[in-house]
Amino acid sequence: MSGNGSDGNAVGRVVSDVVARHAAKPERLVQILVELVERDGWISEDTIRALAGALNLSRAEVHGVVSFYHDFRTSPPGRHVVRVCQAEACQAMGSRELTDHVAGRLGLALGRSDTEFSLEPVYCLGNCACAPAVMIDGKTHGRVDHKRFDALLDALLGAAS
Amino acid sequence: MTTVYVPRETAAVSVGADEVALEIVREAKRRGDTIRLVRNGSWGASWLEPLVEVETDDTRIAYGNVTPGEVGGLFDAGLLAGGEHARRLGPTAEIAYLARQERWSFFRCGLIDPLSMDDFLARKGFRGLQKAFELGPDAVVETVTASGLRGRGGAAFPAGVKWRTVAGVEADRKYVACNADEGDSGSFSDRLLIEGDPLCLIEGMLIAAYAVGADRGLIYLRSEYPLARSILDRAIETARQAGWLGANIQGSGFDFDVEVHLGAGSYVCGEETAMLESLEGKAGVVRAKPPLPAISGLFGKPTVVNNVVTLASVPNILNLGAEAYAAFGVGRSAGTLAFQLAGNVKRGGLVEKAFGLSLRELIEGFGGGTASGRPLRAVQVGGPLGAYLPVEQLDTPLTYEAFTEIGAMIGHGGVVVFDDTVNMAQQARFAMEFCAIESCGKCTPCRIGSTRGVEVIDRLIAGENREENYDLLVELCDTMEAASLCAMGGMTPYPVRSVLKYFAEDFAPAGRATS
Repeated sequence: MSGNGSDGNAVGRVVSDVVARHAAKPERLVQILVELVERDGWISEDTIRALAGALNLSRAEVHGVVSFYHDFRTSPPGRHVVRVCQAEACQAMGSRELTDHVAGRLGLALGRSDTEFSLEPVYCLGNCACAPAVMIDGKTHGRVDHKRFDALLDALLGAAS
Repeated sequence: MTTVYVPRETAAVSVGADEVALEIVREAKRRGDTIRLVRNGSWGASWLEPLVEVETDDTRIAYGNVTPGEVGGLFDAGLLAGGEHARRLGPTAEIAYLARQERWSFFRCGLIDPLSMDDFLARKGFRGLQKAFELGPDAVVETVTASGLRGRGGAAFPAGVKWRTVAGVEADRKYVACNADEGDSGSFSDRLLIEGDPLCLIEGMLIAAYAVGADRGLIYLRSEYPLARSILDRAIETARQAGWLGANIQGSGFDFDVEVHLGAGSYVCGEETAMLESLEGKAGVVRAKPPLPAISGLFGKPTVVNNVVTLASVPNILNLGAEAYAAFGVGRSAGTLAFQLAGNVKRGGLVEKAFGLSLRELIEGFGGGTASGRPLRAVQVGGPLGAYLPVEQLDTPLTYEAFTEIGAMIGHGGVVVFDDTVNMAQQARFAMEFCAIESCGKCTPCRIGSTRGVEVIDRLIAGENREENYDLLVELCDTMEAASLCAMGGMTPYPVRSVLKYFAEDFAPAGRATS
């Protein structure tokens, strides 16, 4: 998740690359943003400016789309993104308590980030028959109780060190 | 050589299927056994995942809830010959949960390698499309209309009527847009179909496109489904290479291709007009209707918008006939629905059954009651906009009409079970909170009403001016229901009202009511 923040030229090159692959069509804006978030983890002000230029849209138009969708973060995420499902099927299996536990382990409130972790809410991972569900760095885990989350976290931290 | 099946499907993988598959390959190698490992889709018995199957003499023997650590022991017990073991469930086809279903749209799910064109063709794949080519577009629309198929995404609009409208409009371009933005909590049938039989969806889209005269298809897939995305991408490529997508499909003169667009975490983009806006690269803000998308949809062109399971029901309707489909179900709730059992339920998963069984048969008969073993208290049917039903409503037959009658809806068929530890006032609050988070913001009742709803419910929970706040909440629900532009604001009152109606005691903690 390298940043796309300060170096305006580098941002411009990445954006024009991605935009070119979408034939510079403004109607591809959502798909372009999806790709940029997959690449960088977030959308910076510089990226918005570069996109507006490349797609012949106003910055307000690009900003409007960016701010509408939950996936389009406007600040850099932590090295690992932990998403805990907050929707009803997981609630029925203790996701509220699990969220508290995860928040305690990561030392983060829901919706907050530090350099190491982002703890994000997600409204349904479609794993509702194996609730509660957690997604860590894009991989969905089911039947996650406190113990299982701790094991997943240990594995993550073990692999990182 | 023995064939071993381990699903590559989100639920199975989320509880260790990849690790089990790897261990099976390693163990076989260690012992010098040659096996063929197939990563099939899931049968939908999610409670048994990871479900490993071994093919012996044309019978598939199932082993449920297998862990990587048990693989060595399973081989010792003669896994490759279907040997006895504590995890052995017997032949897959005889697992009661599966045997008692009526599989129409999901009949290949679990059975085949979802990325094998050979498997697909060997199990009636593209026969529906070939039948469509024989019948011609008009007769295809007639057949789908006669089947009684209604939209399975939630709105239950007759599919044939929608197709006829699109077919009847003159335009230089028409689209088929598949809604795979399955956002309802408790729902996973679209995902299961895409991960288990993606070519079936492609066939359904081809038939729809042929019937209405469209040459472009889009699938709007939510970003929360990365595994579904990779399987779908590969399936589309497979279909293209085999000449089932692209120009002049199988020499028919008919052109059609499909593109996947990803969502970006917005629930309201599952609403069809918001989805169209998102497909046009914009914020997913709901459009006023009319015009209907069937007349002026994507980029202003006539567009068929159908849900995944709706489209996946079509190939068999062409193949087996409209009457065969209509023979399932009750009255105007014709055919089958892929119900999804979720939440606090012992045997969660997908249950495709004809309309008409009762909620109790589904939850107790298939689901085995709560996972916690505690008494069941509430069931939410149809996602976050669906009503919470108490135990007394469990005998309601699962038909669109019976649910409308009790102020509920079947929606996308998700059934979420709660035990008696649930705080229903919190669930009502969450309904409003979710609407506040996900509202597209276009209309005031939804945008403002949901936030005010959270506040009023907080005051009710705190026991402030009980009667006044109760009346205010009812009035707010009336306004949202009557004046919102789409179902997001228009149906958020359903769960809230149901809590007021059936679980009002949760709003008045003993000794704290001050009315």
